[in-house]
Amino acid sequence: MGEGGEPHVSAFLAAVPAPFSVASVVRWLTAAAHWHGRAGIPRRLVEHLTMSGAAVLTALVLALPVGLVLGHLRRGGFLAVNVSNVGRAIPSFAILVVAVQLLGIREVLGINRPAYIALVALAVPPVVTNTYVAMAGVDDELREAARGMGMTGRQVLVRVELPAAVPLVMAGVRTAAVQVVATATLAAVVGSGGLGVFITAGLAQRDFVQVTAGALLVAALSVLTDLSLGAVQRAVTPTGLSSAARSARAAALPGAGAAVEPV
Amino acid sequence: MPAVQAVTDPWVRWDWVRDHTGVITSALAQHLRLTAVALLVGFALSLPLGVVAHRWRRAGAPILAVAGVVYTVPSLALFALLVPRFGLSTTTAEIGLVGYTLLILIRNIVTGLDGVPDDVLEAARGMGFTSRRLLWRIELPLAVPAVVAGIRIATVTTIGLVTVTALIGQGGLGQLMLDGLIRDFRTPLVVGSVLSVALAGVADLALLGVQHLVTPWARAGSRT
Repeated sequence: MGEGGEPHVSAFLAAVPAPFSVASVVRWLTAAAHWHGRAGIPRRLVEHLTMSGAAVLTALVLALPVGLVLGHLRRGGFLAVNVSNVGRAIPSFAILVVAVQLLGIREVLGINRPAYIALVALAVPPVVTNTYVAMAGVDDELREAARGMGMTGRQVLVRVELPAAVPLVMAGVRTAAVQVVATATLAAVVGSGGLGVFITAGLAQRDFVQVTAGALLVAALSVLTDLSLGAVQRAVTPTGLSSAARSARAAALPGAGAAVEPV
Repeated sequence: MPAVQAVTDPWVRWDWVRDHTGVITSALAQHLRLTAVALLVGFALSLPLGVVAHRWRRAGAPILAVAGVVYTVPSLALFALLVPRFGLSTTTAEIGLVGYTLLILIRNIVTGLDGVPDDVLEAARGMGFTSRRLLWRIELPLAVPAVVAGIRIATVTTIGLVTVTALIGQGGLGQLMLDGLIRDFRTPLVVGSVLSVALAGVADLALLGVQHLVTPWARAGSRT
């Protein structure tokens, strides 16, 4: 599909990679040189995790209270559910490049500022939506039973609603975290460091062994993030909530945002 | 000099837009083409897989698990893994894009098929429907709303992911964004971003309309 009038960028990328073996990728991954120094794998991993962790924590601080309060009051559902739909419509690549223009490429506490802001913006919607749906979806019979047992409004909130909501809330956190780790890869394009650098630098240098090795590292990190947060999700699910746990497991499939889509 | 330029550079230089309408429309056309092909192929694969996953639970779990792992892999990494075999080509972009549609589409197809009420199925069987006719005449038509909802999510997601394929030499509107980023020139960057968001928004609303049309019963006194 030769697009004659495509802008300049594709020119330096238009390379057909020479074939290489799986062994060369393994050699790259196991080479001692790639495990040390400023551009080594451990350093890039730390950058990736620092950037992602900071963004997810910030998003939780911002999004959890909003979702919890709105869901508890069962107000603003339209807003809380649609913030995810709008979020999905904005490509993360667009958020990144626009953030660079708005904020300039600058580091604060070792974290690339536009990347951080873009990642936070990405993580907030799924957490708000899932938290809202979790709280608003707590069974009315459960609330009434708790009241019937003489619980005060506050006790109902803390001892019934919150525990019942935890599985779905965690599903939202998991979706957000996996998305953030994925987009942190892309953030290498705006100089944020992280494991994505192996891919972007490899593409620029036409070093496809490095590209493949970097992609494997990134894929492994994402799958591990998803699996470990899935384990956390199961661990924090109250034992009495087997049916809620089941629906949370369904919702916990990667891309759980879809779980809140009005089907 | 670049720093000074960064401060004074306006968000959109309309003269650049006027001079580059050809570039912009061809980027838009490529974006639409990449999206449409990915959705068509993705749906063609997902429909049989979804039916299989619905009919045979044992096959369903691994199908969804594999689609889930693909979905979890970051887009840049997935495209990068395909480059050694397929080059910096449309094929690489499409395979990756199709991969991301699978989980969304299969899951919604299964949800739709699972949601068909048992008494409806029994009534049809009682009328002598074979299992093939049951699928085509009863189950799939009743699953349409859930399937359309899935197509809607998949479309919006794909439009966003196409921008990432700029890094492997494709990209549609993503090309404009990457171009602007590399040259530190805001106009193509803003044009590409705004158009990609607008495209996703228009597609979302259009498919919402389709969703309304295929679920007339939901319109009476539904939530918005």
